[in-house]
Amino acid sequence: MYKKLIQNWGNYPKISAEVFEPSSSYIINDFIRKTPKLIPRGNGRCYGDSSLQHAIISTLKLNKFLFFDKENGIITVESGVLLSDILEVVVPYGFFLPVTPGTKWITIGGAVASNIHGKNHHKEGAISNFITSFELMTEDCNIVHCSRSENTELFTNTIGGMGLTGMITTVTIQLKKIETSYIKQKTIKAKNLNEVLNYFEEFNHYTYSVAWIDCLKKGNSMGRSILILGEHAKKNDLPDKYTNHLKTHSHKQINIPFYFPNFTLNYFTISVFNELYYNKQTSKENNNIVHYDGFFYPLDSLNNWNRIYGKNGFTQYQFVIPFNNGREGLTKIMKEITNSGCGSFLAVLKTFGKKDDFSSSLSFPDEGYTLALDFKISPKVFDLLNRLDEIVLAYNGKLYLTKDARMSAEMFKKTYPNFSHDSKKFISIQMERLLNV
Amino acid sequence: MSKSCIILGSNSDIGQAIAHKFALNGYAIILASRNIDEYQKRLQQDISIRYNVPVSLVEFDGTNFSEHEQFWHSLPVMPNVVVSVFGYLGDQEKAVADFNEAYKIISSNYIGHVSLINKYVQQVKGIQTSAIIGISSVAGERGRQSNYIYGSSKAAFTCYLSGLRNDLTKHNIHVMTVIPGFVKTKMLGDMKTPDFLTASPEDVANRIYNAFVNKKDVIYIYPIWRYIMLVIKLIPEFIFKKMSL
Ligand SMILES: Cc1cc2nc3c(=O)[nH]c(=O)nc-3n(C[C@H](O)[C@H](O)[C@H](O)COP(=O)(O)OP(=O)(O)OC[C@H]3O[C@@H](n4cnc5c(N)ncnc54)[C@H](O)[C@@H]3O)c2cc1C
Repeated sequence: MYKKLIQNWGNYPKISAEVFEPSSSYIINDFIRKTPKLIPRGNGRCYGDSSLQHAIISTLKLNKFLFFDKENGIITVESGVLLSDILEVVVPYGFFLPVTPGTKWITIGGAVASNIHGKNHHKEGAISNFITSFELMTEDCNIVHCSRSENTELFTNTIGGMGLTGMITTVTIQLKKIETSYIKQKTIKAKNLNEVLNYFEEFNHYTYSVAWIDCLKKGNSMGRSILILGEHAKKNDLPDKYTNHLKTHSHKQINIPFYFPNFTLNYFTISVFNELYYNKQTSKENNNIVHYDGFFYPLDSLNNWNRIYGKNGFTQYQFVIPFNNGREGLTKIMKEITNSGCGSFLAVLKTFGKKDDFSSSLSFPDEGYTLALDFKISPKVFDLLNRLDEIVLAYNGKLYLTKDARMSAEMFKKTYPNFSHDSKKFISIQMERLLNV
Repeated sequence: MSKSCIILGSNSDIGQAIAHKFALNGYAIILASRNIDEYQKRLQQDISIRYNVPVSLVEFDGTNFSEHEQFWHSLPVMPNVVVSVFGYLGDQEKAVADFNEAYKIISSNYIGHVSLINKYVQQVKGIQTSAIIGISSVAGERGRQSNYIYGSSKAAFTCYLSGLRNDLTKHNIHVMTVIPGFVKTKMLGDMKTPDFLTASPEDVANRIYNAFVNKKDVIYIYPIWRYIMLVIKLIPEFIFKKMSL
């Protein structure tokens, strides 16, 4: 056990915490028993304070593979195993993660606790659809086996339950069969928000879809974007020179060794970046074959890219609003952002399909548009986000807890009305804020 | 012939990291620990799934010398790489007051290794090419008041390995001495050590594997420790004895 200053991906907030990092789940009872308040933490890739508390159990040393059925693609791992490690093991056998976020540096426990979604939610749902079972260490120190048929209530409340029901110790998931580790990618430039939303509809049969939006453009070009679509490539889609059809990702990374000074990211630099990004593609539509690493994890090759936001950190604002009146809602939000002058470096738009069957009342994905925006921390940004909250609320939307570090208790209550917190021990500082305790 | 590697002391962080590294390079792995608990079983699953190599578990007691011959006979295969990494840090103050503690430290860090490695050499000498990798410590380079019982047993181990190397070179048995400085392990616990001198177990394992492939004799991890220890060894005894170390 050690005490340290700890923060998640957004570097905001930072708190001082006792961290317990066991290498076996058989030795955590004592810690849980004697600690009044604690929260599990995976790889800290949530942006805000979801996995922060003054006492933390880190799962990073619970990193063992326990079972791999190479015929049927079923895998059981301890909760601290990273998705990047799973890919390394399963891809050579022709399997892939059924759902993956925009980084492979998260733990499977964190994936379950946030009920993560990928670019395929509109077609295949969130990770919950592929979780066969898991084991959970509850606050009374029992290890409970949960599945759709055993301890169903605990199973449901834990998926997307943000670590508040206990600590997940092992997870079994069903993988997806693939012929190659490459993606057939189509990218389409869209002049503005309306156009990109039309494309989303036109191409909604694609398994993967996501759009990168330039948040600085105003007027007719507001919402100028690039839509990226993808399907797993079959063997005969690949050029002959690709000899290894099931190549895994490389370990090469460019390191950002220090925090950028505060003035680096401003309206000007972001607009230059966006201009370059948008104009990199000269034709209206592009089709090519790309490796899964570049398709799903474009930012992973830049280690510690969060440091470009400087020491004060940043926050990600991700909301979902229903399709019904969604265009209008998105337009209002985009307007509010472009008028504020608080540029967002990354704005990512996706669509969600129906709500998943087995997931907590805290789970995020729900039918509609979801937009994620990064903002450097500043007082001005908090004002902007409060204004955005009002719009999200008015359009019956909600925010993604795993990205949040600043939502008000009031907003939480209105947007997650069915949640009740039962555990006395498992609580993050985020939940203390949201429940006002 | 298929390659195999035994880790004597697979409960240690360094031992596990070395097991991963050899498995990654296609070695069958034998994990030897004092007892086969749930953790060792998970470790076995983990390494065999990650690298698709056979992994077996065996029990051994480094200080039960009379069983050591039988131990080698009981293995599924006779490994061609032996990594001897078990040990016991012990409590210096207690060891000075209570010989049982001193004996435990000496037998775990020195005598046990001599016994096991001698028996292994008898099995393989002239029969197969082998490598013996002994993990010693910078603590064995010069005795200090804070840990000289542990340190002297490591010094003896280092000396044993150097003699063994001299003896076995002609028999095609590669003996490598590894001298780590600070390593971020359970043993180090909460002790604060300078980052640039502190290696991770994975780092140690990578360096050991590369040195093994390149047939190195003695390696320090990090190399800077070779110079630090050189300086420490150069301090005249009449000064050294008054220092509080
Ligand atoms: C670049 C980037 C892109 C991302 N893209 C997406 C995306 O496309 N879709 C998406 O859904 N998310 C995305 N995320 C968010 C990320 O997937 C989630 O925050 C995920 O939960 C992080 O997992 P972690 O292992 O880092 O856990 P942490 O961040 O440490 O914890 C996250 C939550 O999980 C809980 N938790 C962690 N481990 C356990 C456990 N063993 N038992 C119980 N509870 C546990 C914590 O208490 C906390 O509530 C992205 C994040 C980054 C940095």
